[in-house]
Amino acid sequence: MSEEKIGVYVCHCGHNIAGTVNVEEVSEWAGHLPNVAVAKNYKFMCSSLGQEMVEEDIKQEGLTRVVVAACSPHMHEPTFRGACQRAGLNPYLFEMANIREHASWVHQDDKEAATEKAKAIISGAVRRAEELEPLEPFRAPINETTLVVGGGIAGINAALEIANSGHKVILVEREPSIGGHMAQFDKTFPTLDCAACILTPKMFDVGNNPNIELLTYSEVEQVDGFVGNFTVRIRKRARMIDTGLCTGCGDCWERCPAKVIDFVYESGLGYRTAVYRPFPQAVPKYPVIDTESCIYYKNGRCKACEKFCPTGAIKFDQQDEVVVANVGNIVLATGYDLFDARRIPAYGYGRLANVFTSMEFERMTNASGPTNGKVLLRDGVTQPESVAIIHCVGSRDKNTNIYCSATCCMAALKFAHLVKEKTHAQVYNFYIDMRTAFKDYELFYNRLLEEGTHFIRGRAAEVTDAARQPGEEGKLIVQAEDTLIGKQRRVPVDMVILMVAMEPRADASEVAHRFGIGCSDAGFFTERHPKLDPVATMNEGIFIAGTCQGPKDIPASVAQGEATAARVLSLIGKGEVQVEPVRARIDEDRCSGCRICNNLCPYGAIDFIAEKGVSRVNPAQCKGCGTCVAACPSQVITGQHYTYDSIMAQIEGLLYDQRTPDEHVRVLEMEPA
Amino acid sequence: MVDYKQLNPAWGDRAPVIIGFLCNWCSYRAADLAGTSRFGYPATLRDIRIMCTGRLDPAFVIKALREGADGVLVMGCHPGQCHYEEGNYKAMRRVALLQRTLAQLGVHPDRVQLAWASAAQGTIFTETVKEMTEKIALLGPMRWRDNLEEVAPPTQEGVAT
Amino acid sequence: MSAKPKLAIYWASSCGGCEIAILAIHEKILDVAAAFDLVFWPCALDFKKADVEAMADGEIDVTLFNGAIRTDDNAEMAHLMRRKSKVLVAFGSCAMEGCAPGLANFADRAQMMRYIYHDAPTVDNPEGVDPQPQTLVPEGTLTLPGFWNTVKTLDQVVPVDYYLPGCPPEAKWVAAAVEAIVSGQLPPPGSVIGMDVTVCDECPRERSEKKISRFYRPQEIIPDPHKCLLDQGLLCMGIATRAGCGALCPSVNMGCRGCYGPNEGVDDGGARMISALASVLDAKTPEEIDTILDTLPDPAGYFYRFGLARSMLQRTALAQENGDRRAHPMAEVPHLDPKLKT
Repeated sequence: MSEEKIGVYVCHCGHNIAGTVNVEEVSEWAGHLPNVAVAKNYKFMCSSLGQEMVEEDIKQEGLTRVVVAACSPHMHEPTFRGACQRAGLNPYLFEMANIREHASWVHQDDKEAATEKAKAIISGAVRRAEELEPLEPFRAPINETTLVVGGGIAGINAALEIANSGHKVILVEREPSIGGHMAQFDKTFPTLDCAACILTPKMFDVGNNPNIELLTYSEVEQVDGFVGNFTVRIRKRARMIDTGLCTGCGDCWERCPAKVIDFVYESGLGYRTAVYRPFPQAVPKYPVIDTESCIYYKNGRCKACEKFCPTGAIKFDQQDEVVVANVGNIVLATGYDLFDARRIPAYGYGRLANVFTSMEFERMTNASGPTNGKVLLRDGVTQPESVAIIHCVGSRDKNTNIYCSATCCMAALKFAHLVKEKTHAQVYNFYIDMRTAFKDYELFYNRLLEEGTHFIRGRAAEVTDAARQPGEEGKLIVQAEDTLIGKQRRVPVDMVILMVAMEPRADASEVAHRFGIGCSDAGFFTERHPKLDPVATMNEGIFIAGTCQGPKDIPASVAQGEATAARVLSLIGKGEVQVEPVRARIDEDRCSGCRICNNLCPYGAIDFIAEKGVSRVNPAQCKGCGTCVAACPSQVITGQHYTYDSIMAQIEGLLYDQRTPDEHVRVLEMEPA
Repeated sequence: MVDYKQLNPAWGDRAPVIIGFLCNWCSYRAADLAGTSRFGYPATLRDIRIMCTGRLDPAFVIKALREGADGVLVMGCHPGQCHYEEGNYKAMRRVALLQRTLAQLGVHPDRVQLAWASAAQGTIFTETVKEMTEKIALLGPMRWRDNLEEVAPPTQEGVAT
Repeated sequence: MSAKPKLAIYWASSCGGCEIAILAIHEKILDVAAAFDLVFWPCALDFKKADVEAMADGEIDVTLFNGAIRTDDNAEMAHLMRRKSKVLVAFGSCAMEGCAPGLANFADRAQMMRYIYHDAPTVDNPEGVDPQPQTLVPEGTLTLPGFWNTVKTLDQVVPVDYYLPGCPPEAKWVAAAVEAIVSGQLPPPGSVIGMDVTVCDECPRERSEKKISRFYRPQEIIPDPHKCLLDQGLLCMGIATRAGCGALCPSVNMGCRGCYGPNEGVDDGGARMISALASVLDAKTPEEIDTILDTLPDPAGYFYRFGLARSMLQRTALAQENGDRRAHPMAEVPHLDPKLKT
């Protein structure tokens, strides 16, 4: 048994712990555990007074280990490690006992059991603390270049803020141009300023900022390393255009004979050519050749673009290029996908011609869009006389997505206004609740109420073209229960707009895995803390901004983009990172070179040193998962901070009230007959 | 307090004790989320945080059983979602071989379970603990040490002539 | 004569192989005879228990004790030898970790009695006679020592000073131990006399990165003579077994059986094998894993062939009825070896 002096501090956390766990009893009990020199309980251990108490005891009582029984280590482990460090105790000799999230909050109905469990948790922590070893964090310099993934409004702002402070940014965008969804919008709520007018200057700035290396039509394929020192592999898809020669004059797409429906930018309402620039203000200005629709790639003929290109910039044999870059921090701003309205067949999208999605309507109202800003039915000529706007399509619906997409109410109000402005049609909004939070939004709602838009409170049940009553012939009928008057209503209209939900990108979980971060149940990237750390992730040095984290509007996305920049800049400003010294270490004197571990490391951190016949862990590559540690058949790999002995001791501690004396040391008292 | 006697009289006044090994990135956070969401579950689980289920050493499981645990629950990230790429696959394989080995030693495979929960799945975490507690409650207490007590040889009752 | 240090050699539950191992040090046995006064060696010399009892406590300088503890008699002798000896050496796998006698811990006393005296195909016992600890005969009462439910290692019964691993220990280590004792150059008490690394350290075969997609039993393939057996899917315990034998078995195309026990610092050799082998299986789904593991029958038997009694669990569970342990194991696990089932 080690000779440690352990301090145990039981936190009340106000009522959070003390309301369920008998903290006085627990701290009194802890005082009698072997090697525990000090056991106290206090209202809020994380307060400065609580921390000072720990510091004082380390100095006065000469504590060699500290256990704080409070909340999750994910909450306050850094806090108390800091307190230990200030008092001169190695921070890795601190151990947290989670008696809040794992005891008081989950056993509120059984105070006795919660108290007993708290004791067991503390006993485990004390035993583990005895086995902890002082460690020094692994220090590494921070690469000052930042990778921003996603060139929507969130990513653009993150990139600009960082670049404007004088640091390099690599901005990777999957599409041929940056701009994201915002580039497709015409007006933005609630001020109705023109999306392009406020976005394109920022896009231009990105394109011209010498600190930003813009990689469009590109994707990040692989991420290695750790905070401050990531290595990323980016695939630059072949544009088939030599961007060194291209001037963006447009001769190529003007001559291109292959027309295809533009499902991305024009939301399927318009056409583009096979060689195309997604929209006039695109940054960069260079087009790409869509090899799937280009005639040359089908039958080897055409080459119209090549013939007419004045600079000879068309390169049909261009290959994908792989860029490997070293970056210190990564901002993910990968945005959202729109809900596929066909998933709710009752609304008839894809079957009933004049049912539109919100993005289709966005494009329609855009002056540079497929109808030059006119609101028209699918025939391309008729103006609607009545329009229904259905809210919550794929939102707040347990059959699809249970969450609220946050932006659709305001967008629906914007649409209602634009319909009124452009057509004088009657507009019916079918809503569940009107959600107009945030600055000036409610004013906009009031304005719409005054403009004479009809608001029907009730989820639309169905959109149909089956007329049942006079006046319904040739119309789309929206059926809904008007819950304010308690009646079923059938509203015949010419056009229906479905306010489709924001969904996580289809490949969000794959991307999250690539970057080592998590996804929520809904599939959006998970932030480190929902309130106090909204743009950081569990993977240090990786930040998230915008709608990849959850549905949000433009101002919120911009704010998050800029917040990530602040976080990145503060790390760059520090100049170096301290990485947890949770690492594997092989005792080469005892390694017999069986090579079981060699294949197990996902980071290739284990090398076999043939001349010595031993394996070795490269600490810079090791991330400390402990897989090799557990697998080693001769148990000669040490997992720092999660050593075999520390976990074994914790098991014994947790089972302090279950275990009986160890058979190995128990010697039978038996006298010869 | 749940009366486990009703499920298996062998419990007496005891409640099952399950040792949990939770990975830092997914299941430990799922347990934290269960806490912040105040999702109640039986106070049977006593957990240990490891960085990854890849750290799971079968010796830990055996030790827990030896020291008096009635069951061991290993929880990690969903397959394909491991923070360290593939640690959970290694845990899956180790638990499978461990269950086979322990079965030969008379330990029911239900006593050593492997489950997955992402950081967002507080409910899956609580349901897993509830279900496992129920299974263990039906199996009865383990009390491994009792296996090692030398009971009087039954043959001593009889005296041959 | 009496100036020479006194040496005793005893066997408890063992096969006698360890005694042969002592003789396998060849001419060095003469050194032993010259250096020591052999005061007790039931296998070779005609001393009786009473002779030992007559000695003063601590009078024997060194006792080499082989065999596991499975009866009251074994335990009694262990206590006696402990009391009379200054240095007690757990000699060989049985005394150190249970070895083959320890495999009885997969069953219990009642099962063994039933099988050995009733169910085994070779048994001829029409009257169903069971051995009894006491038998009345005209001359008086005959007694047999009590038979334990659980086989124990020597150090689970009495404190042990040194360990000499192996089934049996290799002659060179017996010689090394003898030399150490003769010269008085003994390692710290509690030490294992031998190496702390694993068999791979001594194995000449070429090892590569491991990925196992099925296991083979020795009769199923002819292995490449130069490559690591485990790399070829042959179960070899060398990766988790203490070195010292010179990799005898792997050198003749046979996977290491693990008779030297786990290497230094390891609590449970079986756990190490489970972890290492499972880690390198080429499988990612429960079905794939099962397919591979189906080629590895009797994992507990492989992994705990020598070390069950010393392992963390020590034995198989006894079944319970209303909270009482009954001599009726494995009721929790119905699909086991039918031989062992009631």
